[in-house]
Amino acid sequence: MTKIKSFDELRKIKAKIIKTSGEANSPNSLIKIKVGMATCGIASGAGEIMQVLVEECERQAIDVTIKQTGCLGYCYAEPMVEVQIPGAEPVVFGYVDKNRALEIIGKFILQRKPIEGVIPVSFKTINELN
Amino acid sequence: MTVLKKQVRIALRNCGVIDPEQIEDAIACDAYFALGKCLTTYSPDEVISEIKTSGLRGRGGGGFPTGLKWEITKNVESDQKYVVCNADEGDPGAFMDRSILEGDPHSVLEAMAICGYCIGANTGLIYIRAEYPLAIQRLKIAIKQAEEYGLLGDDILGSGFDFKIEMRYGAGAFVCGEETALIHSMEGLRGEPTVKPPFPSVSGYLGKPTNVNNVETFANIPVIINKGAKWFSRIGTEKSKGTKVFALAGKINNVGLIEVPMGTTLREVVYEIGGGIVNGKKFKSVQTGGPSGGCLTKDFLDTPIDYDNLVAAGSMMGSGGMIVMDEDDCMVSIAKFYLEFTLEESCGKCNPCRIGNKRLHEILTKITEGNGTVEDIERLKELSDVIKDTSLCGLGQSSPNPVLSTIANFEDEYMAHVKEGKCPAGQCKSLLRYDIVEDLCTGCTLCFRNCPVGAITGERRLPHFIDQSLCIKCGVCFEKCKFDAITLT
Repeated sequence: MTKIKSFDELRKIKAKIIKTSGEANSPNSLIKIKVGMATCGIASGAGEIMQVLVEECERQAIDVTIKQTGCLGYCYAEPMVEVQIPGAEPVVFGYVDKNRALEIIGKFILQRKPIEGVIPVSFKTINELN
Repeated sequence: MTVLKKQVRIALRNCGVIDPEQIEDAIACDAYFALGKCLTTYSPDEVISEIKTSGLRGRGGGGFPTGLKWEITKNVESDQKYVVCNADEGDPGAFMDRSILEGDPHSVLEAMAICGYCIGANTGLIYIRAEYPLAIQRLKIAIKQAEEYGLLGDDILGSGFDFKIEMRYGAGAFVCGEETALIHSMEGLRGEPTVKPPFPSVSGYLGKPTNVNNVETFANIPVIINKGAKWFSRIGTEKSKGTKVFALAGKINNVGLIEVPMGTTLREVVYEIGGGIVNGKKFKSVQTGGPSGGCLTKDFLDTPIDYDNLVAAGSMMGSGGMIVMDEDDCMVSIAKFYLEFTLEESCGKCNPCRIGNKRLHEILTKITEGNGTVEDIERLKELSDVIKDTSLCGLGQSSPNPVLSTIANFEDEYMAHVKEGKCPAGQCKSLLRYDIVEDLCTGCTLCFRNCPVGAITGERRLPHFIDQSLCIKCGVCFEKCKFDAITLT
């Protein structure tokens, strides 16, 4: 990996990363799945849920990016899975067990039908504050 | 569904958003941009002035103004200085720092480098407890990736500024969250505090000027630089700016990690964000500030949460543990619980803390066992004051707080224990009494067969009796009886 030599170069690298991963809401990017894998999530079984999601997407040949992430703060509802369908707001699911993980893929992602277990997002991001 | 967005995520901005093990994810969310901005456009004094203007205060508990701390350390002349990140999170039920380190380690690394640039230090040390293995693993990965990109190491972003970060592991002692004890632990000495002054900013790690900040404090820094001090200082109350992360736990529906603007009320936290009390029970108290804090009653539900209001209410901000209690919690037992913790964690160096807390605990035990007197409550108060006034470090100076605040806010509960020999919450086993109501007992023998100590006697189809001298108050008979013939007083 080459070292970043200036602040300008860092800016360019950021632009390049965003371009390759696809703008969050652009209709052309891939479906993104995030699994909360902090200590709280892992203790509630997020590791297994991650595996189920990866295997099921492979089995059904669904093109998605699945990645781990930190804690969203809803410890009471772990494990948590966030799904972002391109062009739509991300949806957070709580209390995800193996069945709900399969339902997220089979029903929510493939058929675009609502399923239970949605956790309403209750915080503002730094970009929502002026 | 419309949800009122009471929370604002600044310190937790990237937690749950980025993959903490991919620096590219963090860079896409502006990681190291604040460092770049500082190195290319601001002098150290300008950065410090920005932090001072923002009004950021230490999130580890004390609430000392962060910009001022940096300025003091900067102004001490020395060939070598250190930046230390205090990740020795130890309050029972608190996990704010762990979540930040596990979810967004780069925000802390970046802020440490900014601090180093300001005070003139080239080395950062993260003091973290070994019982946080995932946080340690992710920090190590983050440091390695940042070094590979040249965002840590020599000549960062071509600016000529060098900064490296190393890890130091603690064994998980509560007292090591106190900065002088923390520094001794890092030096390989016993984790015991020493008298301040000298403050670490003058003589700290290896005798060199050392700036110690908490994880959450650091996590706020990049946002202040990127968004500006004015933006940050618009959030919060007059004297407490920005947000605070709390670990919400106890008898509350939505247990979890929350970040709210300073000035949010306890009622908003408990009922709106926390979803209310479990099983619809009655709210009794909120404990803030961990073993150094206090218990607040329902009278404080509408008090805006900030550093000064919590102190005025007899508690403190602390690092952010918030434990909710309901009508079934006995406040004398809660005070005893925190004292047990303090006893375990007191380093033993100074007498008031080592012996005083032991005596406090003994008196509390006496009260919960039904042997307390009204004089004992006075004795608790007097002893607490002495411990607070004469202990060497923050641990001892604050350890009686749970006792004092529970006496101040729940004196009637203490009185019920010592005067009537009763525990209103029904938690103190020694004060409970199970009796069988003769008229209701059918003599089914169910209690007799289930009693683990054979304290129940009686003939079949005739009323049974409990021998109080044998009863261990386990409550099995009470639960098993199908005729509500057993009373609990």
